[in-house]
Amino acid sequence: MLIGGGLITLMICVMLVLAIRARAGSGRGERFWIWGWGLGFSLPVLTILVGFSLWIGERMLARADDALRVEAHAARWDWEFVQPGPDGQPVRTETTLFVPAGSSFDVFISSEDVIHSFWVPQLGGKMDAVPGHVNVHRLRADAPGTYEGLCAEFCGVGHPFMRFTVIAYDPAAPMPDMSEYIIEDAQP
Amino acid sequence: MSDASLPQTAATGPRSTKPRSEAEIRAHGIDIAANPPQRALHLHRELDRVWRDAPGWAGFFTSVNHGTIGLRFMVTSFVFFAIGGVLAMLIRAQLATREGDFLDVALYNQIFTMHGSIMMFLFAIPLLEGLALWLLPKILGARDMAFPRLSALGYWCYFFGGAIIVLSLVFGVAPNGGWFMYVPLTDKTYTPGVNADVWLLGVTFVEISAMAAAVEITVTILRCRAPGMPLTKMPLMAWYLLGTAVMMLVGFPPLILGSILLEVQRAFDWPFFDVARGGDPMLWQHLFWLFGHPEVYIIFLPAAGALSTIIPVLSRTTILGYGALVAAVIGLVFLSFGLWVHHMFTVGIPHMALAFFSAASALVVVPTAVQIFAWIGTMWMGQVQLRLPMLYVMGFFATFVMGGLTGVMLAMVPFNWQAHDTHFVVAHLHYVLIGGFVFPMLAAVTYWMPLICGRWRIRGLGESAFWLILIGFHGTFFIMHLTGLLGMPRRVAVYPDNPEWEWLNLTSSIFGMVMSAGFALFAFDIIMQWLFGRRSWRNPWDAPTHEWAMPLPAPSYNFASLPGPRQPDAGALLPLARGEGLLPGAPRGDRETLVVDPGSGRPDHVAVLATSTALPIATSAAIGSFFGMMLAGQYWLALLGIAATLIMAWRWGGIMGVTHDRGRIEVAPGIQLPLHYQTRNTLAYTGALALLLADGALFGSLLFGVGFLGVVAPGWPAPPSGLAHGPLLLAALAALALMAVGSWAAMRAERLRAAPAGSSWALAGLVCGLIALGLLGVLAAGLDDPRRHARDALRGAILGYAVVHGVIAVMLALRTVMDFRQGRISLSRRGAAPAWQLFQGWWLATSAAALGTVALLEVLS
Repeated sequence: MLIGGGLITLMICVMLVLAIRARAGSGRGERFWIWGWGLGFSLPVLTILVGFSLWIGERMLARADDALRVEAHAARWDWEFVQPGPDGQPVRTETTLFVPAGSSFDVFISSEDVIHSFWVPQLGGKMDAVPGHVNVHRLRADAPGTYEGLCAEFCGVGHPFMRFTVIAYDPAAPMPDMSEYIIEDAQP
Repeated sequence: MSDASLPQTAATGPRSTKPRSEAEIRAHGIDIAANPPQRALHLHRELDRVWRDAPGWAGFFTSVNHGTIGLRFMVTSFVFFAIGGVLAMLIRAQLATREGDFLDVALYNQIFTMHGSIMMFLFAIPLLEGLALWLLPKILGARDMAFPRLSALGYWCYFFGGAIIVLSLVFGVAPNGGWFMYVPLTDKTYTPGVNADVWLLGVTFVEISAMAAAVEITVTILRCRAPGMPLTKMPLMAWYLLGTAVMMLVGFPPLILGSILLEVQRAFDWPFFDVARGGDPMLWQHLFWLFGHPEVYIIFLPAAGALSTIIPVLSRTTILGYGALVAAVIGLVFLSFGLWVHHMFTVGIPHMALAFFSAASALVVVPTAVQIFAWIGTMWMGQVQLRLPMLYVMGFFATFVMGGLTGVMLAMVPFNWQAHDTHFVVAHLHYVLIGGFVFPMLAAVTYWMPLICGRWRIRGLGESAFWLILIGFHGTFFIMHLTGLLGMPRRVAVYPDNPEWEWLNLTSSIFGMVMSAGFALFAFDIIMQWLFGRRSWRNPWDAPTHEWAMPLPAPSYNFASLPGPRQPDAGALLPLARGEGLLPGAPRGDRETLVVDPGSGRPDHVAVLATSTALPIATSAAIGSFFGMMLAGQYWLALLGIAATLIMAWRWGGIMGVTHDRGRIEVAPGIQLPLHYQTRNTLAYTGALALLLADGALFGSLLFGVGFLGVVAPGWPAPPSGLAHGPLLLAALAALALMAVGSWAAMRAERLRAAPAGSSWALAGLVCGLIALGLLGVLAAGLDDPRRHARDALRGAILGYAVVHGVIAVMLALRTVMDFRQGRISLSRRGAAPAWQLFQGWWLATSAAALGTVALLEVLS
């Protein structure tokens, strides 16, 4: 897409230079410019692009299957997560989300107060946390590791600092130590 | 398209100065003989005495002339542009390093909110309004806009509203919720201070000027064209501005409604957006972007109009594909209302809606592509002259094409989910807005400057400014795409954990300063041209359109005689100055201009326009007192502001109408036209229809809110209503019946206007209206507490809508009664009766629709 965009920009620039250098009265008619370029060029390019994007988008959607389900709850200016703990039971954690690497998971995103947005740039895609609504977003960490996440919707003075971390662990290895992040008093 | 059907102004070409042959004129459909020539100087003196502003400060405050007001709009908007630019520099200074402590976060939030709001509402929209007000009568061949007092009212609302918004920054209480003001962040809980009220009230105050301009632009283009210029042959600029104005009429009401609802929630705790009580923050986003996306095209279309005007002139040829360009404008007007959801791809929108809005967003590229290629084809056909306006046109191409392409990328949902709310979007929107609006507007300013000040620019300065702006712009924003792709979100003041973003931001900041220097140099160049440029000769670009068929700088009255079919282009400068066109001079001492039939351009009547008056500034001060009291939280005192506004509105009607019939006026040999007092289809009538289009958009948005909350919002069904159904329904039906009787009375009053019965009918209609208003008061007293649930709040809002329109209808009824009493109605003069009928009918129709909706929802639940 970036390359295509660059090529089209370049093409327009070349056309402009040629148009400036062309002698008066040397151009083509309306049929060539309007029907040929205006419609004949733009419509096919757009059709292909939209089709391709819908095809990719389809794969990114959460659907009813047995994907792992985790919750992300935003409150000014912190994130709380619910995910399976070491014993398989759901546990509530602060600022860090633990998910197994290599499989898709659905994040159920909600908000306590204002609109926030859940975004882990390296995992792709973002989804808003809207009070009164629960949004579902499907993600997948291909490799184990630590991924930085942040709030992407402006939410007040704490917005620049509303960060979180996603730790993708190797499902074959023992679970990482979550104890430091677990919120004790709140059992889901 | 054959050559014969090319637009009149374009087909004749820039250099054709010879008068048309008889055959040509007959083929054109309308012929109007020339008036006998007079002494040009005599005509000039006669007209200037009537049209010029009063001398000194009095003239400053009372001017209603479109030349003065349009220029003042443009100058003021550039002042706000400078303020917004300074704020942008503060933002760049803060972001230059990752732990910048130049501004604290709270102040930073105010500054980026104000930067966006000022650039949108106090710079872009007013600049295009100013350009339209200043240019339209000149390019269409008229002496002024359709409603000169409305121009001035719009200006003062803009001035006062803008002053409130900017002064809030000085007092440290500026809006801080981002320029799109998402609730709940901007509700009373999370923004307890006055910051959000400044935005909601200030912007709504300013938007009065947008609505005024939109009505005026629409009516002027439809009715104030040169006689014999059909819609299908008017200059492209007029098509673009017509599209813009219609979009403003339909696009601004959702924002105005949203702002009113949010302010009512903040002030009176009516929970339209409170999810705990049946509201939904998503409603704000829909209303905001229902405005916000068309807004982008509202800004782009006038700029594209300027391009379509300037490119052929500076390529020494005619525009390629006139019909295709008009089709593209119409296509954009419609398509742009089907895209708003693409600003909301990440809020949790159903899957099918995502696909639909994604495809629609891609489709809107097609009319834009048609225009781009038509412009390139035009340049190819002609011989491009790289003079200063053309440099800015090149800047437009280099910038806007890229912004459009990143826009296509953002329309693709998977990419959008990644790039949304990052600096990629910031880069994209600056490419689109600076590329698609600022560059063309700078081209327009440099192109029309000789007509504004009568002087030619000083060589060299302008070119330097252009290159500084171009290099500074791309240096700032090109790498910002990368900043965003690397994950930097919008609206963060610091990024301590991300050193990898630092060099990108520092580069942007440095080039941002270069761009600022460019804009400063541009302003300096314009001032130098105004003060010290050498005198320009007439029509310096050798352009075909009518605005160049006048001496430089443009005189207060534009044309000594109005261009008809025999004066088709700028070549008719001398015949027009000698009074050979229509309606020469000002022999009756009135400000007269011609009104034509909207489609064909046949001359219809002569309108007598308002002269200098302090009423507009007084009216906007009255409106401002209402907004000021609301801002101060003095809600009871705000009622005084409403009263003052109503008194002013009443006085507004005072100069309309005359107490005796006047004869017809010979505008050209053999063509005698009535004055507007003796016509039914006046400018004011067309204006009322345009206003009702906007009103319909407002009402539609309100019903959309009712439907949206009822279907989508959590927290429904609402708690059982405590309404006394029987009595309230009875009161509502009685009110509707009285409104219907009032409508009937309004019609009878006009039909029997020459008989004594007419006056009685008017009085009966007035009484019916007053009783209906009283019944609406009964309904208001019987409603559930609107603070309890959004359903009850919406009912309150609907009732409020009915009351406002009832007051308008009653005032028009009263005006009609007074017109009868004061002898301003006769067989040929109709007074306020036609307008009364329109608004009375509107009151009835919307009230019936609202009652039906409420009753239906009550039955269903």
